[in-house]
Amino acid sequence: MQQASIITDEMKEQLGVEGTPTILEVEKGHIRMMAEALDDPNPLWQDEEYAKKTRYGGIVAPPALLCNARAGTGRGVQMKSPFLRALAGGDELQYYLPVRPGDVITSVSKIAEYNEREGRMGKMLFTIIDTTYKNQRGEVVATSRSTSISY
Amino acid sequence: MKKQLYYEDVEVGSEVIPLAKIATTEMLVKWAGATGDFNPLHYEDAFAASQGVGSPIVHGALKRAWLGHLMTDWTGEQGILKRLSCQYRGMDYPRKMKDMVTPEEGETWWCKGTVTKKYVEDGQHIVECDIWVENGKGEKTTPGTATVILPSREAKS
Amino acid sequence: MAKQLYYEDVEVGIEIPPLVKCPTTRQLVQWAGASGDYYELHYDKDFAQAQGFPNVLVHGKLKFGLLGQMLTDWIGEGGILRKLSCSYRGTDFPGEEIVCKGRVANKYVKDGEHIVECEIWTENPSGEKTTPGNATVILPSRAQDKKEA
Repeated sequence: MQQASIITDEMKEQLGVEGTPTILEVEKGHIRMMAEALDDPNPLWQDEEYAKKTRYGGIVAPPALLCNARAGTGRGVQMKSPFLRALAGGDELQYYLPVRPGDVITSVSKIAEYNEREGRMGKMLFTIIDTTYKNQRGEVVATSRSTSISY
Repeated sequence: MKKQLYYEDVEVGSEVIPLAKIATTEMLVKWAGATGDFNPLHYEDAFAASQGVGSPIVHGALKRAWLGHLMTDWTGEQGILKRLSCQYRGMDYPRKMKDMVTPEEGETWWCKGTVTKKYVEDGQHIVECDIWVENGKGEKTTPGTATVILPSREAKS
Repeated sequence: MAKQLYYEDVEVGIEIPPLVKCPTTRQLVQWAGASGDYYELHYDKDFAQAQGFPNVLVHGKLKFGLLGQMLTDWIGEGGILRKLSCSYRGTDFPGEEIVCKGRVANKYVKDGEHIVECEIWTENPSGEKTTPGNATVILPSRAQDKKEA
């Protein structure tokens, strides 16, 4: 028997629609909290004197900084799912420019596709989200493709 | 915007407008992140049990912050919080989460206060209050006192 | 700081120096604060058990961050991380070792850039790859340095 799809017309309408932009103001304190959480002592993330002498010319953010739930991936889009439970499926980030303290990163996400699969715990919905991150000069600093799994 | 509270609006015995709070495991983790207080007593079951408190407990400083919220809501933008003190007398246990956004059924905490004294000193209109956090059983787990300076209608005119 | 890695130093098949981590519940709470991801699955044991897991889980994105650390440690200040991608296939739990590993899969020069592609993954104590992925980095070249000098 053909089972009904869990992807509704309402969900399909959201495909490719750009969500509300979200803003992340990058601060040294936030970068430090990130480095502490990763237990990553790289002085490029925290030591201004050190970082000045590198080709970056100052502190930069570690790659994980844009993995942020406050702004960026999936924020500002209408994520609909028939399920309550959710897990992250994966992340792919392309980096173009360093992110520095003082940068104001505006990100815009859109739902690129839905996939439904039969999993160990029943039906699962995979939602693929694409995001573009631009700095205050309008330069694209990164793009990402993330998968969110609900079940 | 709420309307401003004035010195003339309060009498000894007046109630500070109560503020309801629901402590959840999520709120405790947010507090840890915001303050940098990562003591596992507030999020790790096994550690909390080894410390003899059973399960993770609400940070005392979070309850003090609730009392600060109580007072700044009450005094409004023109009021000034001069002093706030409280004691951590009883332990409080956060509600667990039922799903990503909904806490389980359980107790609600109330931040409350009453005016104990009002007087004018050096041109300042000063109000002193007893304040406390009450748990679901009505026990005052976090009693304290606060002093605020309110604007005066008379001084204004 | 470790000495700079150059394009000429790497060959297809060589290993990236592994990074051994053992996230604690404290680290998970720190990550929640730093990333703003306050999903209860990562700190509320009862919640995690109600979802069918034996304990709270390490955030996928924290593992992404650890793989990022392995790569930025390896490529040094002269290298550029261009792409980092991974899938959260298996669960990891606090108090258990996570070893970040990687291997060079391809190297080539394109548009003057010295590009190295790698397979990367995290391994749990049973040796299972819980977070497989791939990365692209750009390394400085000794030959280019000489030309510019």
